[in-house]
Amino acid sequence: MNIISANKLSLHYGDFQALRDIDLDVPAREITALIGPSGCGKSTFLRTLNRMNDLIPGVKITGEITYHGEDIYAPQVDVTALRKSIGMVFQKPNPFPMSIYDNISYGPKLHASLSKSELNDLVERSLHGAALWDEVKDRLKKSALSLSGGQQQRLCIARALSVSPDVLLMDEPTSALDPASTMKIEELMGQLKQDYTVIIVTHNMQQAARISDKTAFFLTGDLVESGQTDQIFTLPRDKRTEDYITGRFG
Amino acid sequence: MKSMSNTKDMTMKQWLHNKKRRSYSVILLIFIGLCVTVAVSLIGILIGFILYRGLGHISWEFLTTARSALRGTIGILPNILYTFYLIITTLLIVLPIGIGAAIYLNEYATNRRLVRIIEFTTETLAGIPSIIYGLVGFLLFAQGLGLRVSILAGALTLSILSLPTIVRTTQEALRTVPLSYREGAFALGATKWYMIRTIILPSSIDGIITGVILAIGRMVGESAALLFTAGTGYALVTNYFQALGTSGGTLSVALFVYATEHGNFNVSFAIASILVIIVLLLNFSVKLVKRKLRKVK
Ligand SMILES: Nc1ncnc2c1ncn2[C@@H]1O[C@H](COP(=O)(O)OP(=O)(O)OP(=O)(O)O)[C@@H](O)[C@H]1O
Ligand SMILES: [Mg+2]
Repeated sequence: MNIISANKLSLHYGDFQALRDIDLDVPAREITALIGPSGCGKSTFLRTLNRMNDLIPGVKITGEITYHGEDIYAPQVDVTALRKSIGMVFQKPNPFPMSIYDNISYGPKLHASLSKSELNDLVERSLHGAALWDEVKDRLKKSALSLSGGQQQRLCIARALSVSPDVLLMDEPTSALDPASTMKIEELMGQLKQDYTVIIVTHNMQQAARISDKTAFFLTGDLVESGQTDQIFTLPRDKRTEDYITGRFG
Repeated sequence: MKSMSNTKDMTMKQWLHNKKRRSYSVILLIFIGLCVTVAVSLIGILIGFILYRGLGHISWEFLTTARSALRGTIGILPNILYTFYLIITTLLIVLPIGIGAAIYLNEYATNRRLVRIIEFTTETLAGIPSIIYGLVGFLLFAQGLGLRVSILAGALTLSILSLPTIVRTTQEALRTVPLSYREGAFALGATKWYMIRTIILPSSIDGIITGVILAIGRMVGESAALLFTAGTGYALVTNYFQALGTSGGTLSVALFVYATEHGNFNVSFAIASILVIIVLLLNFSVKLVKRKLRKVK
């Protein structure tokens, strides 16, 4: 079953067209990987899915994106509800300038009034989920900005998990991580897929091949090819896809 | 070794110990040192002179009585109170409007052209001489609104005077908050106002408070805009609400009046040294605010 579908989706930043007629179905409870060379529109596409591009002045979007069959750009859509359901981890870690604890409890406090102990549990669970708990359990009250880059990224993953989204958008979540943390996150995504739908942008071909079920290849604003990851990596239909995954360009 | 071609006649030692380069930077250093010394000593002499001339005339009586021909006292208690009342009233008016406007311009307004026009206008307003504000305030508030020459009329005038500064400094503080914080909050499903309250304001509060303190400093020193609007009254009115309706001279205005009407420069210098101390304390508190609130980040 497809949880998200893009139909003839185009996006302009002012006069510059960053996405052209994208048609892509995202199956529920699977990991979909978006790959392609730098600047091809992966982040832009990801950000249309939770309407994060609404914040950028001059963005024009045509076409349609449906989530559970509903058009998310329909005027009566509650964007905050959409974004709670479709969580996001950004390309650059962006912890809030507050304590580690407050970073994680920010989202839950937004949507429910929880008791102190419920909140504590949730913070611990989220941090465990992002493989960060052991490193920060003794300094939850310390500023999140004192963490290393890789720790900050895992904090952001924990923060996204804290509101139990339905879909998780991850923009190169492991690009700043060491191999051990990367493995933890990949493992985590394997578990997440039991309950969540994950869409991940990655520049790491091995990672895409290793963890994803479906792969979509973007090139300068076009979706060149999408399909089962096995098929994309072994029998790509398009010559350009083959060139890219074999490292001949990009 | 292409980069070494211009040094081919020199040994490495000569290249590294280049005399010309060294002496050039030494001259520059001396020059900068001179400039700094001149600037610092000018400020030092000025402040020192004011304090030297003024401090001796400050007494307990001076600070706690009003000017009275009958009792023969010369005191500035009313002026201290009026200064305080005027600043409080002005802040009550200007902070909600100014900070609100800055938040609106920065976070809500979508018409970029309108925003630019408003910003240009506030910038222009900030450059208008304050005596003109005094004149307009007199016509508008004292006469037009029938408030007469009073603390309230003065506070309204000061509000207009400091509004551009408050809007500008608040906007600058808001702009230092990176887009990525906003995105992070939105991505969790925060509404705009919640995001502003929990992310934007806390992380820009040091800049906002700094702007407010500097604005207070300017209010303390303001005289031209108040002469016609709050007036030069010196009767002691301690009740705040009553004071709003009476004419009252602030410390700066009193300084001017004592010097020009009474030729009493001792009192003027005494007031001047109090003003200098207040401004120094305000500037010091800016440093404190920055250091204290930075730690939170
Ligand atoms: N806010 C913006 N305004 C204007 N152009 C933008 C903006 N954001 C991105 N672009 C342009 O849109 C194109 C796609 O950018 P995008 O960030 O989606 O690429 P990407 O595939 O995520 O690249 P990378 O792998 O380097 O992250 C680029 O040409 C970029 O310059
Ligand atoms: Mg990107």
